[in-house]
Amino acid sequence: MGKNAVRERNALLALIAAMCVLPLLTRNVNTHHVIIMILLYASLGEAWNIITGLAGQTSFGHAAFFGIGAYGAAMAYFKFGVTPWIGMAVAAVASAVVAAIVSYPVFRLRGHYFAVATMAVGEIVFQLFVAWRWVEGATGISIPVAPEGLATFQFRSSKLPYAYIAIALFALAAFVFHFVSRSKFGFQLRAIRGSEEAAMAIGISPARAKLTAMVLSAALTSIVGSAYAQYVLYIDPFMVFSMAISMKIVLLTVLGGLGSVWGPVLGAAILIPLSEYTRIAFGGTGRGVDLIIFGALIVLVACFEPQGIIGLARRLAQPNANRKGGADGDVDTKSDAARTSA
Amino acid sequence: MKFGSLAANENVSFAVFPGQIVGLIGPNGAGKTTCFNCVTGFLQPTSGHVRFAGADITRHAPYDTAKLGLVRTFQIVHTFRDMTVFENVLTAAFLHARGARDAADIAQDALKSTGLTWCGDKLAGGLTIADKKRLEIARALAAKPRMIMLDETMAGLNKTEIREAMELCLSLKAAGMTLVVVEHIMEALMPISDRVVVLDSGRKIMEGTPDEVAHDPRVIKAYLGDSYNVAG
Repeated sequence: MGKNAVRERNALLALIAAMCVLPLLTRNVNTHHVIIMILLYASLGEAWNIITGLAGQTSFGHAAFFGIGAYGAAMAYFKFGVTPWIGMAVAAVASAVVAAIVSYPVFRLRGHYFAVATMAVGEIVFQLFVAWRWVEGATGISIPVAPEGLATFQFRSSKLPYAYIAIALFALAAFVFHFVSRSKFGFQLRAIRGSEEAAMAIGISPARAKLTAMVLSAALTSIVGSAYAQYVLYIDPFMVFSMAISMKIVLLTVLGGLGSVWGPVLGAAILIPLSEYTRIAFGGTGRGVDLIIFGALIVLVACFEPQGIIGLARRLAQPNANRKGGADGDVDTKSDAARTSA
Repeated sequence: MKFGSLAANENVSFAVFPGQIVGLIGPNGAGKTTCFNCVTGFLQPTSGHVRFAGADITRHAPYDTAKLGLVRTFQIVHTFRDMTVFENVLTAAFLHARGARDAADIAQDALKSTGLTWCGDKLAGGLTIADKKRLEIARALAAKPRMIMLDETMAGLNKTEIREAMELCLSLKAAGMTLVVVEHIMEALMPISDRVVVLDSGRKIMEGTPDEVAHDPRVIKAYLGDSYNVAG
């Protein structure tokens, strides 16, 4: 356990170091934008991976927490004139509370109820914000211009500060996932994904563990949402609560590798450029082209490599290990047959 | 325990003393698994009481029961397939471990006492059924129980594997463990049990030493049939 954990931690640190250099290699604003979006979505994927990749509870409603985070940051300055960082913190707590309220009843049920419930919650929160006067409803919020700086979370002269904030967020999300997945709590979540009965038999309360995972995941998602709002400086419910965001989080993590810290980065590095460049190429009429291509990739992954790209990479990296595994299987079957005939 | 108007267990009462192996037998549908589930908290009994180590654990959640030291295995193995064998056991070891290192030690001990050390790094999903059943027991052991309840651990195993499983039960007993073993395979259960409880149609029809049980006419009629011979 220890050796693998250290190796993963070092690889993560190396990746984050490389990320810090990456934005300096180009002065193209558009490339910076793509990098920022990749990092934000990779962070969302890491957060989602806690509840779905580890605990096996598929959430199709993470846009709800993303949106709450976005509104939290926007409202902080728009309504109260305080720094968006406070909004970020308040929204993270609010998202955690919403996640707990939603999860508590559904986690007592089994199977797909949770997936359906999260989808419904995503829609409900979206409709609430469309109708809610105090947050400007469907009109959305244009965050008032403030002096540039970390305190106001606004930068105009360059996208570089946003890129570094995005890297910091990714580091946060990735390390939270890394530590959770290798902790006692992470093993409990994986046990629950494997079998709730077996988990209970060894003293794990599935309802409590899943609730904790959901709260953590929602809070992280919300924090990324806040950063996104400060990056685009204009939000409305259709942008930040859309089902498309929930779906993108799901798709990119599944494509990259569910339950792996590398999955969301890989998935985001493929989906987000695809998304951004098809948008540039096709304009408004191209809406959804990225998801069509991505859908096709997901079908391929589901058919050939359920572990995602990371699973494929592992298989390519250790072809011998697998062949050996297969041979062992043969031996087992043979010895079984031998014993039975004897 | 009743399901609607169907009484799956009625007036079933028995005691298990520390350090013993108690066998729970009965023909198909006798209510063995129901009884098992009521004791371990996986079913909420409609009446009656379960007491364990001085505490009333009736209708306790399964995970609370496990924390108190009453741990079960499953008839159909519930292996965490995408974890290694070691990680399967480690997950259980966390229950009473002080820190990660302690948990790893407990897990290694559990693998050792079940003879699974050789495959600790293997993916659990790839084990044979006999080893998966062994892993179930290793995982239960790692949760540091005072008593283990084994649900048909030997079903589906061949003769060699059954012999090995019997030896494992006896070695656990020798190490001071208390065991309740639900089993279909009489030949496996009789030699290792200190006492045997016989269920039939949801009722306890007999309790005694394996010898007494095997010679009891009610038991023979209900379950064993005339061909069973203790001496052989």
